[in-house]
Amino acid sequence: MRLNYNIRASMIKKITTILITTIALMVNVNASSDGELLLKKNNPAEIDDCWEGFNRASFALNQGLDKVIFKPVASVYRVLPTPIKSGVSNSLDNLSNVVTIPNNILQGEFSKAGVNTGRFLINTTVGILGIIDVASLIGFEEYEKEDYGQTLAVHGVGPGCYLVLPVLGPKTARDTLASTLNFMGGDAWYNITVANDTQHVSEFDYYASRVIAGVDFRAKNYDSIENLQKNSLDFYASVKSVYLQDRQQKILNSNQVIESMDDSDWEEIGN
Amino acid sequence: MIKKILTIFTILISITSFNSISYSIEPDVFVQSTVNRAASTLGGNLNKEQRVEELKKIAKETVDIYGVGMYSLGATRKSLTEEQLKTYNQVFENYFLKSFADRLAEYSNPIIEVNSKEKLNENYTIVSSTLVATDKRPEIKIEWRIYTKNPDAPLIRDLIIEGLSLARTQKEEFSSIIQSANGDVNALFDNLKNFSNK
Repeated sequence: MRLNYNIRASMIKKITTILITTIALMVNVNASSDGELLLKKNNPAEIDDCWEGFNRASFALNQGLDKVIFKPVASVYRVLPTPIKSGVSNSLDNLSNVVTIPNNILQGEFSKAGVNTGRFLINTTVGILGIIDVASLIGFEEYEKEDYGQTLAVHGVGPGCYLVLPVLGPKTARDTLASTLNFMGGDAWYNITVANDTQHVSEFDYYASRVIAGVDFRAKNYDSIENLQKNSLDFYASVKSVYLQDRQQKILNSNQVIESMDDSDWEEIGN
Repeated sequence: MIKKILTIFTILISITSFNSISYSIEPDVFVQSTVNRAASTLGGNLNKEQRVEELKKIAKETVDIYGVGMYSLGATRKSLTEEQLKTYNQVFENYFLKSFADRLAEYSNPIIEVNSKEKLNENYTIVSSTLVATDKRPEIKIEWRIYTKNPDAPLIRDLIIEGLSLARTQKEEFSSIIQSANGDVNALFDNLKNFSNK
């Protein structure tokens, strides 16, 4: 009787061990294949330029607008004193938390959602409407923006075709579709400025914040854009590559090129 | 006798190991010394033409121009004839050196700090560095893909700026040019030549 009990206990232990090992391996395999799938699906080389004619025309229009509006404004903005530029940039980052936090939750990143909520509350109050990034000063982890396009990508939606929109610039079909969610209740800043008539903020505040964000981006990347344009054989193709690489990094939440770059092509090249 | 042979053998092994250690260059040290060379060229009293020539010399010694060229050509490299490959390597080198020197010649005394390195495998190490912020631009993270197949003479194969690979961007640009010309690689050669003659 006692022998039977020992055999049974030993069997149960073995089965439990095998089960735990199998589950652990499955989780690992899934994690690895999910990451690889995400990497492959969002690989810039795999994304089709289905509407290249339209995209190139739209790109030319945007270049014209940049030359006449954004570049001159950015060239003035970039010579403003650093504390002013940092204040504007911090404030815009802080505002973007109202889109990042719901997307953290939708991606299952609950601890990041908590950190970003704390960051938003501290910077909005102590940091005077986000002008001072107090949260970073007291040791909060680096802020990473999230959007509905990234959330759809994380849940397996492919990027679709590459698309260049007039004024708004490069996108993918998925990201264009996802950005409409901002106007359907997904962006609290839009809800209190444009969608609903509140007494404290107006439509103007929303559109002004979008324009300033564009100028801030252009000013931060002023030299890089000039350099890329000057040294490109096909500027349209270079911008497309840079945009899609950046999107891939953001979807993977990685700044590490070694995670997102396929090394096989390099390995083939000897010396 | 055995003791003597063993001693000689040990000394020989020590000398060989010492030599291999003393001549191999650590990738991070290589990057820092390359950056220092470029910075002293950019910060010196040279005029623009002299700067460009000096920068081209640095590029020839520290960048694997052939490797970058082959990578940038992508799968097309497998379908080229010997003659086409020879032409490509020539026009690519001219293009690369002009592009490299022109990009850098605009900067005056950039400060780059090397932070860490990560060995990917025997052939590659990624060196991480930071281009220090100025009043006009924020801090920029730059990673260097160093080809270490020959540890005595490491070479740069790619620069990754804020996660964006220059080699990859160039590869996709070249591919777009070839595709737009219905697969005719001569369109790429013409573009490269035109750029070099600008």
